[in-house]
Formats: sequence, C-alpha cells, structure tokens
Amino acid sequence: MSIEHRDDTGARFGMWLFLYTEVILFSGLFVLFAMTQARFPEHFAAASAGLNTTIGTLNTFVLLTSSLTLSLSVTALQLNKIRQSLLFCSGTVLLAVIFLVNKYFEWSTEISHGIYPGSDHLAESAPGTAAFFNLYFFTTGLHGLHIFIGIVLILTVTGMIIRGKVSAECPVLLVNSTLYWHLVDLIWIFVFPLFYLIPRGFHG
Amino acid sequence: MTETTLNYSGFYTEGPRKGILGWLLTTDHKRIGILYLGCIVVMFLIAMVLGLAIRLELIAPGKTIMGPQAYNATFTVHGIIMIFLFIIPSIVAAFGNFLLPIHIGARDVSFPKLNLLSWYCYVAGGLLAIASIFTGGGAPDTGWTFYVPFSTQTTTNVNLAVLGAFILGFSSILTGINFVTTIHRLRAKGMTWGRLPMFVWTLYATAWIQILATPMLGITLVLVFLERIFGAGLFDAARGGDPILYQHLFWIYSHPAVYIMILPGMGVVSEIIPTFARKPLFGYWAMAISSLAIAFAGSLVWAHHMYASGMSDLAVLVFSFLTFIVAIPSAIKVFNWISTLYKGSIELAPPMLFALAFIFQFAIGGLGGLALGAAASDVHLHDTSFVVGHFHYTMFGGAGFAFFAALHFWLPKFTGRMYRHKPAVIAWGLMFVGFNVLYMSMQAVGIQGMPRRYYDYLPEFQALNLVATVGSWILAAGILLMFYNLWQGIRRGRPVGNNPWGGATLEWQIPSPPPLENFGAEDPVVTKGPYDYKGVVADEY
Ligand code: HEM
Repeated sequence: MSIEHRDDTGARFGMWLFLYTEVILFSGLFVLFAMTQARFPEHFAAASAGLNTTIGTLNTFVLLTSSLTLSLSVTALQLNKIRQSLLFCSGTVLLAVIFLVNKYFEWSTEISHGIYPGSDHLAESAPGTAAFFNLYFFTTGLHGLHIFIGIVLILTVTGMIIRGKVSAECPVLLVNSTLYWHLVDLIWIFVFPLFYLIPRGFHG
Repeated sequence: MTETTLNYSGFYTEGPRKGILGWLLTTDHKRIGILYLGCIVVMFLIAMVLGLAIRLELIAPGKTIMGPQAYNATFTVHGIIMIFLFIIPSIVAAFGNFLLPIHIGARDVSFPKLNLLSWYCYVAGGLLAIASIFTGGGAPDTGWTFYVPFSTQTTTNVNLAVLGAFILGFSSILTGINFVTTIHRLRAKGMTWGRLPMFVWTLYATAWIQILATPMLGITLVLVFLERIFGAGLFDAARGGDPILYQHLFWIYSHPAVYIMILPGMGVVSEIIPTFARKPLFGYWAMAISSLAIAFAGSLVWAHHMYASGMSDLAVLVFSFLTFIVAIPSAIKVFNWISTLYKGSIELAPPMLFALAFIFQFAIGGLGGLALGAAASDVHLHDTSFVVGHFHYTMFGGAGFAFFAALHFWLPKFTGRMYRHKPAVIAWGLMFVGFNVLYMSMQAVGIQGMPRRYYDYLPEFQALNLVATVGSWILAAGILLMFYNLWQGIRRGRPVGNNPWGGATLEWQIPSPPPLENFGAEDPVVTKGPYDYKGVVADEY
C-alpha cells in the first residue's frame, strides 16, 4: 500500500500553485480599489487620512516579525532542534494574535464612529468615502480571515511536531505553512500602503 | 478472456474499506472519478428537465406552462446547474480523475486527500445551489451570470446560489492544482512530454485555466454576496460604483471557463479519432501547443461579452481582434482531426459517431462565435436566441457530446462490460437530429430578432419556435435511450477484455476494470508513443 508515497517537491509545487490562486483572489479587490481610487482621488485622500496609521504601522512590524519567527522555526526543525522550533511556532502564533487584537481595536473605533459596511453614516457620505471604507473592511476582513486560518494551520502543525509527525526528515508541512504565512504577510505589505499611505498623496 | 473477466471486479472490491464508507472515505482516484460521474449525470438529467420545460413554455407565444417569474427562475437554475454542476466538472472531474493517473502511468494523483475534498466541495456546492431553489425568497432569477445591479437587488435567493458557486469554485481549483502537480511529478519512467496522450495535454491546459481564473470568480461572487448583505454599492452606479466593472470581473473568469468546458472535450475527441481511424494523431505537437495556446489566448478575450455594455470603442476593437486569434488554434485542431481521418481505416463505432458529431457541431458553434466576435454583427445578435443557439452548439454539441463520446469510449474500461451497439447508434442518431433541429431553429429565429430570456414572443416567431420545441423532444428521447442503454450495459453487458477498441494508451493495457493500484506491483515503463498502433489488436467481445 504505497499509494501515498512521499513527494516533497510535489507538495511544495502544489502549495505554490495554491498561493497563486490567493494572489488572484486579492487582486480582484485591488482592481476595484484602483478603479475607484482613480475616480474619487479626493474622497480617498480624506478617508485614508481618517485611518489609524500608528496601529497600521505597528501591525506591519508585528506581521513581518512573525514571518521571521516562522522561518526560524523551519531552520530549527531542519537542524533537529525541536524545542526551539516549537518555541518559534508559538511565538508566531502569539504575534498573529497580537495582530488580530490590534485590528479589533482599530475596527471597533471605526465602527463606534458609525463607519462600517451598510451603515447609515456611510450611506450618507460622499460616494468615494463610502467606497473606500467598504473596500477597507472587505479587504482587511478577508486578510484577517487568512490570518485566522494561518493561526489554525500553525497550531495544527505545532501539534504534529510535538507528536513527531513533522520532523527534520519530513518538514514539508511546516515549510508549506511558512509559505502560506509569508503570502499573508506579503498581501499585507500591499494592503497597508494602499489604504493607509498612498491615497493621501492624491489631492486632485 | 470472457470467463475470467466475469468474476473479476478490480478496484470495486479491492480497497481498505468495504461498503458505503469505502466510497465516502476513499482516496482512490478511480472511485472518486466514479463518484463524480454519478453526481454529474444526475445533475445533467435534472437540468435537462428544466431545459425541456423552457422549450415547452416557448412552444407558443404567451403563457403556456409558466409565467414570467417562473420562467426567469427556470432558465437561471437550468444555466447554473448546467454550467457549474455539469459541464465544468464533467470530463475533467469524472474522466480526468479516473484516467489521468493511468494515462501517465501513475498509481494515483499527487494529493489523493485533496482530491476527495474537492468532491465534497462539489457536493456541498451542489446542495447549496439546489437548496437555493426551495428556500428564501424563491429560486434565483438573475440568469446564471448574476449581473449587477439586478443580482444585488432581487429578493430571490441569490445568496445561497452565489455561495454554492463559490464553493464549487474551490472544488475546481483543487482539481486543477492536483492535476498540474500530478502531470509534472508522477509521470512513469519513459513517459516523456512528447508521449503524453492528447487527453492529458488538454487536461493540463485546462488545469492551468482552473488555477489562474477561478479565484477571480471567487472574489467576484463574494463581492456580490457582501453587496447583498451590506449594500456597499461598489457596483451601484447610483452610488458611485461601476456595474461594468462587475462584468469585467465576472468574465475574466467565465470566459476562460468556456475553455475549461471545451478543452477536455477536444482531448477526448483526440483520443477517439486516432483509435477508430487506426492512424496516429496528425500533428501531435501542433495539437499539444494549440491546447496551451487556446488556454493562453482564451484568457485575454473576456470583454467580447460586453460589446453592448458601453465599453470604449478602442476596447471593443482590441477584444474583437483577440477573439479572432482564438479561432486559429481551434481551427488547427479541427484540421488535424480531419487529417487524421484522411485515408484512415475508419470504424463507425458509437464513440466515433459521437466524436464526429462533436466536430460537426463544434465547427458550427465556432463559426457562429466569429459572427458574435465581430463587434458589428454582435450589436445586432447580442442577447438574441442566436446566442443561446451558439453556446449550446459549443457547450452541448461540443463539450456535452464529447462527454457522451467519453462515456461510450471508456465505460467498458470502467466497468468491464460492453453496452449494446445498435441502441447506442439509434440514440446517437436521435440526439444528432434533435440537437440540430432544436438549436439551428433557435439560431435562425435569433437572427430574425427574437430576444433571449423572455417567456413570451411576437407571433411571427411562432413557426421556428415550434420546430425547436419538437427538436428538443427528439433530443430528449435520444438522451434517455442512450442512458438506458448504457445502464443496461453496466448491469449485464457482455464482458470485455483489456482492450475492446484497440487503443494504444496505457489504460488499455491493464484489466477492465483496473485493479486498485492500476499497474500491479511493478511501475510501468513506457517505450512508445500514445498513438503507435503497430501490433495493437482489439480484443473480441
Ligand atoms: C437537454 C437539453 C437542453 C435544452 C432543451 C436546453 C434549452 C435551453 C433554452 C431554451 C434556453 C434559453 C432560455 C432563454 O434564454 O430564454 C437555455 C439556456 C441556457 N442553457 Fe440550455 N438546454 C439544454 C442543455 C444545456 C446544456 C447541456 C448546457 C450546458 C452545457 C446548457 C446551458 C445553458 C445556459 C448556460 C443557458 C443560459 C441561461 C441564462 O440565460 O442565464 N443547456 N437552455
């Protein structure tokens, strides 16, 4: 019964293909962003100025660091330093949770100001402003969902490392999770400037 | 030979689990293929009944059997099921799953568990889509395209249908990832790229489109869903949104998707024609490259669905030009099939008849596509029943008939039994005649100006509509006879040996039905091409 014989290269290859589909998924939102931004540069500039850049920047650092810790975990595993690897995995999860908590505070301030998709406040504001915030919530929401999935994924792999199912000989699951996590990180590196920084520069 | 195959049942009885769990938890690509096949045929029959109901309503002007709302819901659900649940998965998921690993000499696909997951996604998406008919504000009535602004405003149950289509997209993506990885990684020793059967090449091209394009549909449908829940207005012109943008996003997926439908069909035909002409496929590399070219060029032509939507003239010009380019690789394929037939020793067995019908109908559909691809004539033909005729010619007369050809070609391999040929040929004849009567009349009445998606029409269109409806009955009779005959064949057909048709690809060298791990203990070593018929003889049955 060797139907599922191991093919690590194949597994990584498949993961890359999957990551590609994720890029396309987000690119639909980015296209929408680009089109609306081009149409309402002033509204976008004003709306973007209302976002909390401090939290955004902080979160960027948090996420970049978490990518680093997860990569370190892979290296540790490959050197057979299981304890270190587990430590780095937990650190990554911790950082990811911090990211989500920050996001929670950010969203709740906005929501408390009556800014959320479908709110009366947005329905009354200028079309560009409404579009900006709707896209903001959809994009960061979808991204947050990916962070959440990532957390579950990393926790699962951590459990498998503990049970020895993922190990120095067979690290591909951890490697693939890391690939996924880097992508989530990478998408944020586009989301952050798109929403928080770039629109401010466009004053028609 | 006859005696041994009678009590041999291959992978149907081998496997780690017995009974129903052996199917529901299987990771065997052959069982998953059969699971898909069963679901797909059921979906087709349901949607066929809806199609017949549409035709019956159109038999005479005015209300015949349903009013406007019911009519809108019927063609929408017909379209959704036929597209997302029948034709997109049909050949890829059923025959691709079963045959791809065998064709390249592998024991399974690269990710067997993902493969099973993709089937569950298919079932879940299908159930949601069907649930949308009976729950909420009634069956969706937007047309299968879910065009905004109507789709974000109608009170019918678009939410569930959109969610279902989204999950079906997942199923499609997983299959695509699996196939590309499998073809790259698991080819047997000696199975070079130049020895891949053409079916594998087309699956390869298709899988790339599935990966590249489907996520775009995903995000678009998610946006429709969010629009409906939150009313964000991103596609609502009244609130600064852009409805045309929706159409772009939708067709960026859905046009390449028509090549997801047709390419595997072309692959099936490319297997059948050489086998029954007993000649190698003409122009192997031209066929392989043209598959990839169709996949590539087909991804760049989406906006030809939107000439009448209000794009800039420049965009219309560019997309019209690109559309004509897709015709080139398609025509290469048709010419190569014809050249394969030339001076061949042709045997008109049932699979071959279906394959020939494919070429005929696909050519008509393809030429009609050029009339629509030219912006000038499209403005006249847009949204008429000419369009309905056209896409049924390509999707049904093309991809659908290829699916039937595949059934007749490979079911003996899947089950070890042969259906009766005479009823198969009669069924084919009924379907061929019925099909052309039905859709040729629809094309003709479309040129006269009959719009699509209306339950009612002007009296001057009556005659041709009547003819079309009668055609649909002939067609349905043929389809029912075909399925009945195939079912009888599965149940008590004559046992066949390894190679009833005399094919040269790998699946014909192993028993019918194949054993659990396809090739026994030894991995196969491939020493010749897929269409090298020297020394290959068909088994008697
Ligand atoms: C079994 C025989 C079939 C019959 C009698 C039939 C009949 C029809 C008719 C009359 C319409 C036009 C409704 C209108 O625009 O007013 C229609 C629409 C459509 N059909 Fe079929 N059809 C059949 C099979 C198929 C197959 C096999 C496919 C796909 C592979 C298919 C896909 C579609 C699609 C996508 C639409 C457009 C729905 C829309 O406008 O949103 N049909 N069909």
